[in-house]
Amino acid sequence: MGKLFAAAVFVITIVSVAFFVMHTWWLPIDISTTGPAIDHQMDETMIGVGILFLAGQLVLAAFVWGSSNASSGKKIKIFPGGATPLVAGAIILVGLEILTLTLVGSKAWGAIYIAPPAENSQQIDVQAEQFAFYFRYPGPDGQFGALHPDKIDDGSGNYFGLDPANDIAARDDVVVGSLTIPVNTPIWLKLHSKDVGHSFYVRELRVQQDFVPGLEIPLHFTATQTGKFEIVCTQLCGLGHYNMKAYLEVVSQDDFQQWLKTQAGQ
Amino acid sequence: MQETAPQAVHQHAPPTSFIRKHVFSLDHKVIGKQYYGLALVAVFVGMILSWLMRIHLGWPNWPIPGLDKLSAVGAPGGVMTPEYYLSLMTMHGTIMVFFVLTNAPFAAFGNYFLPIQIGAEDMAFPRFNMMSFWTTFTAFLVMIAAFFVSDGPPISGWTAYAPLSAVGKDAGPGLAMGQNLWAISIAIFCIGSLLGALNFIATTLDLRTKGMSLSRMPYSTWAWFVTAVISLLAFAVLLPACILLILDRTAGTSFFIASGLVLSDHLQPHTGGSTLLWQHLFWFFGHPEVYIAILPSIGIVATILPVFARKPLLGPRATIGCMIAIGFLSYMVWGHHMFVSGMNPFSANLFSIPTLFITIPATILTLLLIGTVYGAKMRFASPALFCLGFVSVFISGGVSGFFLAQPSLDVYLHGTYFVVAHFHFVMAVASIFGVFAATYFWFPKMFGRMMNDSLGKWHFWLTFIGVYCIFMPMHYLGLAGNVRRYSAFVDDYLIPLIPVHKFITIAALATGAAQLIFLFNLIWSRFKGPVASENPWEATSLEWSTTSPPPFDNFGGRHMVVYQGPNEYAVEGSMNDYAMQSSPEKIVTR
Repeated sequence: MGKLFAAAVFVITIVSVAFFVMHTWWLPIDISTTGPAIDHQMDETMIGVGILFLAGQLVLAAFVWGSSNASSGKKIKIFPGGATPLVAGAIILVGLEILTLTLVGSKAWGAIYIAPPAENSQQIDVQAEQFAFYFRYPGPDGQFGALHPDKIDDGSGNYFGLDPANDIAARDDVVVGSLTIPVNTPIWLKLHSKDVGHSFYVRELRVQQDFVPGLEIPLHFTATQTGKFEIVCTQLCGLGHYNMKAYLEVVSQDDFQQWLKTQAGQ
Repeated sequence: MQETAPQAVHQHAPPTSFIRKHVFSLDHKVIGKQYYGLALVAVFVGMILSWLMRIHLGWPNWPIPGLDKLSAVGAPGGVMTPEYYLSLMTMHGTIMVFFVLTNAPFAAFGNYFLPIQIGAEDMAFPRFNMMSFWTTFTAFLVMIAAFFVSDGPPISGWTAYAPLSAVGKDAGPGLAMGQNLWAISIAIFCIGSLLGALNFIATTLDLRTKGMSLSRMPYSTWAWFVTAVISLLAFAVLLPACILLILDRTAGTSFFIASGLVLSDHLQPHTGGSTLLWQHLFWFFGHPEVYIAILPSIGIVATILPVFARKPLLGPRATIGCMIAIGFLSYMVWGHHMFVSGMNPFSANLFSIPTLFITIPATILTLLLIGTVYGAKMRFASPALFCLGFVSVFISGGVSGFFLAQPSLDVYLHGTYFVVAHFHFVMAVASIFGVFAATYFWFPKMFGRMMNDSLGKWHFWLTFIGVYCIFMPMHYLGLAGNVRRYSAFVDDYLIPLIPVHKFITIAALATGAAQLIFLFNLIWSRFKGPVASENPWEATSLEWSTTSPPPFDNFGGRHMVVYQGPNEYAVEGSMNDYAMQSSPEKIVTR
């Protein structure tokens, strides 16, 4: 029975690791300036944790295999050196792993969440609601109109609660249902929620950030490749949560300016 | 610490009526069995809910026979609506976390065996004990009632994030009376848990028999004690949080609801609340809850594994130290659930460090269990297999914590199936393996009959392989960015992942079916199992020094005196290879 257990743990371990090593299911391409640091951190962690996983499972299997061989006359053996080397080893090895991961990882985190957005960022307001995202660009005046929750009216397309009748800055704001951004340009999103918690998740940008009702949450990134990608909601927001999505289109700088002009003219 | 003679606190006479004996009993053994029964009902309800969810995820348009009878609105023609999926998910998580993972390893086995293992005749406060069970039972009934209200069970998940959970029916179906029942049920559950925790702490500190010093307490008792301390502090925060949620929902307050929210075209009449406040309060409870679920199982495995390895646990003091360290650190890490919540990003680094640090005591515990197996003469009975299985799944669940503890990786993995895989392995499966080990191990003591070992082994193999087939692929889905809590996968990048979900569904159905073997074994052995001797496993702790099952006062009027630690296996110069805690013999060599 012990040998069967050891064999089962061995097979489970090898098969599990094989799918990680083969990248059968893996992260998609990275299209952001901060993504490589995250991917590097993921690889480092995967290797460190993979060794821990392999060692833990295989040593368990080996010991169980050995313990099933014990004949009735065989003496019990105590682990060489007792508990002390295991405790010391765990503190040193796991401690070092932790320090390394923390030091390297906090830089990757800081680049996205702690570093301030660049001065020349393209600012875009995002409004999340059950179950859609809307995006707002300042029009030719370069200014956003103020938000008035009492004026939100999805029926007339006033998703942000703008008051163009009394607010000049709001009149040329561009409001659309998909996020179009210029490549290689710092983007500064300001996330608002109309109703409940939502989240902004683009796998290829390696970013995820909740919308918090009542707060304006900043998020900044720079896309390095053009293309069309999916934005999905990862915070449970109600019955249509599974279907809450929008598209991110990364275009050239010229195409972006042209697109913005066209939208502003409509 | 003053040691009190057990008879001094045993204040209730043996009951004579059926009601006092089996229903409103003050006897900790009956209450322990009641908790176990409640957890057993709850786990099968929770498991059936997971089956329904899994079938829907694999084959969303396939009508599930009979589901429309449960809810004609939620599953017209047997095909569940998106909101009904979320209802089942919410109820699955809530029932499993609160009524199974909190009840079974801690309240059920702790109630039955903690007093016996320390040589006491009962808990310190038997009436509180009875109240804590019936309070928990009431909480369960209130929770189940949510299935039968007109708008169905809540859809906000077991974490009930505000404002979705706080604003009422404008936020969607299930968020009116169903969500009220959820909040009321959890508040009641908190009261039951607080009463239970106080009782465990007082009993452990005050009712240890002569010679039962803290260092001689079995590891299971240590684990229940540490868990009780964690529970006392954790549920003391969740209870007021639930009360505030109820007030937001029913009394027009705005603790968790910000100004200016518009739902269902209505500007909500709330001002000034904080959405993040709920998350802070919930996770201040929620993360220690992980340890409330897993620590008792760690203690149970540390107690049972040496019995079958026929050698002492490696590093007994380190084991106890690690359990205390985990309990202490569990209060400093709640923010790792909130890395992307919008809280100050500097605090992410602060929460990340203790989260990673907690892996050190967890790693030590794992290594000590593995080291205990080294050079053992293992007896591979069902409890031993589940202990070894526990170590394996605890490793698998533990290592993925390294990813999620780092904000820079959580930013990609948060909200995906990677998280589902992590917490199911480390909190649910590992904990349940501890419960299975405990059941096969202590069933003879509780019912006086042995369970069938062959069926136990079939149960182990099917479950062990099954849980890996279910939860290991979820890591791959998470790496591919598969978002959790989706009732269907309609995004372009998720559609290619559906075959993986189908595989998981088949594995979940098969693994679930294997639990019927366990259920049959429980019921059959209760009546037909071979009669158990006093100490069938040749174990050392005090419960094995009394009859199976123990008499009403646990030791038949004897006042137990403890002479040994719980770890005296592989003893030489003794009649057996072990020395019982109640044995006055001198141990010469090992």
